[in-house]
Amino acid sequence: MPELETITETGEYILNVGPQHPATHGVMHLRIKLDGEIIESIEPVLGYIHRSIEKMSESLTYRQLIQMTSRMDYLSAHINNTGVALTIERALQVEVPQRALVVRTILAELTRLASHQLWWAATGLDLGAVTPFFLGFRDREVITTIFEEVCGSRLTMNYIVPGGLMEDIPNGFAERVNKFLIDFEHHLPEYDQLLSDNEIFLARNVGIGILSKEEALSFGCSGPMARASGLSCDVRKWHPYDLYSSLEFNEVLLTQGDCYARYKVRIREMYQSIRIIKQLINQIPEGEYQAKVKKIIKLPEGEYYERVETARGEFGVYIISDGKSSNPYRIKYRSPGFSNLASLSALATGGNIGDLVAIMASIDLVIPDIDR
Amino acid sequence: MLTEEFKSALTRSFPSVTIDEKGQYPVLRIDFTYGHDLLDFLKKETVPHFQKLECISGVDWIDHLEVVYHLDSPDINETIVVKVIITNRESPVTYSVTDLWKGAELLECEVYDFFGVRFLNHPYLRRLFLTEDWVGFPLRKDYVDEINMIKL
Repeated sequence: MPELETITETGEYILNVGPQHPATHGVMHLRIKLDGEIIESIEPVLGYIHRSIEKMSESLTYRQLIQMTSRMDYLSAHINNTGVALTIERALQVEVPQRALVVRTILAELTRLASHQLWWAATGLDLGAVTPFFLGFRDREVITTIFEEVCGSRLTMNYIVPGGLMEDIPNGFAERVNKFLIDFEHHLPEYDQLLSDNEIFLARNVGIGILSKEEALSFGCSGPMARASGLSCDVRKWHPYDLYSSLEFNEVLLTQGDCYARYKVRIREMYQSIRIIKQLINQIPEGEYQAKVKKIIKLPEGEYYERVETARGEFGVYIISDGKSSNPYRIKYRSPGFSNLASLSALATGGNIGDLVAIMASIDLVIPDIDR
Repeated sequence: MLTEEFKSALTRSFPSVTIDEKGQYPVLRIDFTYGHDLLDFLKKETVPHFQKLECISGVDWIDHLEVVYHLDSPDINETIVVKVIITNRESPVTYSVTDLWKGAELLECEVYDFFGVRFLNHPYLRRLFLTEDWVGFPLRKDYVDEINMIKL
């Protein structure tokens, strides 16, 4: 590693943030070159929790490797599982039962809500407001409890399998989700009251870390990050999967591209997620919850690439199958966090070191998603 | 699907490119010497433009290495796959596309880290996930590590 000294020959100060730092939200290490308080360059040093999921998956069967994806972006576990399941289903041309598709879509949107709540809670905490942390977790707790009832797990669900769902949903699922939605719709305006219009919060976010639309495209940013810069990239609109093509919802787009725009996009996305769930929750059809798929899955020879929209952006699954074995020849995940992280140096360079925490909070990084 | 016009423009500028339309997306295969030029051409010159770089993946085919680029065109909402073929396994090189897409910088570092493909003209090619003194390239098929690798 170059420049191990804290002060370079030309007088810049090298500051290490992380790998153990509360604002990096995980084990990430940033080497920052400072000129006074101004950031000159940022170099992410990755790999502290790299598990080589791609290599591991080459010796696992398709039913096993799907479980690895829950451990990548653990806040979007359901959606990651859907991504792999979708790739396998489209490769095998399996038709998933309607009941499974409805439940999958509801769970995906609940996941998005839970993830955005955790982000909102942590953003507040990062910028010095402690109350949001408790309020965000209050609502998220209800969703994780629903998940626990559905599949026995609160974080790494592994509930979605190729062909549908692993088990049927429990009795009373719809009532519980409905009750949550009623409560949450009352709570969401509180979010605005507490943080969105807070003067200190505005001062730390408005006009900070501006990403232009061209840069967002060039860096391959996706999700709320790119949409705050005016780049339309919602996979649910561009490459619809599950039931999204038949649902009414809007892609939230803002053009300012600063930290506050990214904040606003996520808040507005929560309203869209509620809207999606409401269209489905009272119309879960009866019937099968899983299509018939062989126990040992073998994909036909060829390559498959599918994408889904996680809470952080576009998650791509690239599978190469040799057609003979029950393991993939090569599997590659395009994780949204990795591409969003690439833009960090452009956002923070030239700015104040104090703004770095606000910028990182607004990117909403999940480190295991970057260190696959 | 690709139009005849698009394909003829492509083969006129790059006679060595092979077009495969049997799979899910059209696949273009080319030797690494023309890889950068082809990607540049697809981004700026063709109609439609493929402006969006989805991801860069390395693949080890034992007799050669491949760097796979997934490109997207927001104009027509289509995807195209470009495969750059590198036959020299001992010291594989190809040209970097960091001048076309800024996001390629970290993606190329990842391919270098796991497959050992060196990207020429890359501003700062380094081991991204592994330590600088790591021996070998773990995602290659012939990589063995008796201690850390668990065989199932």
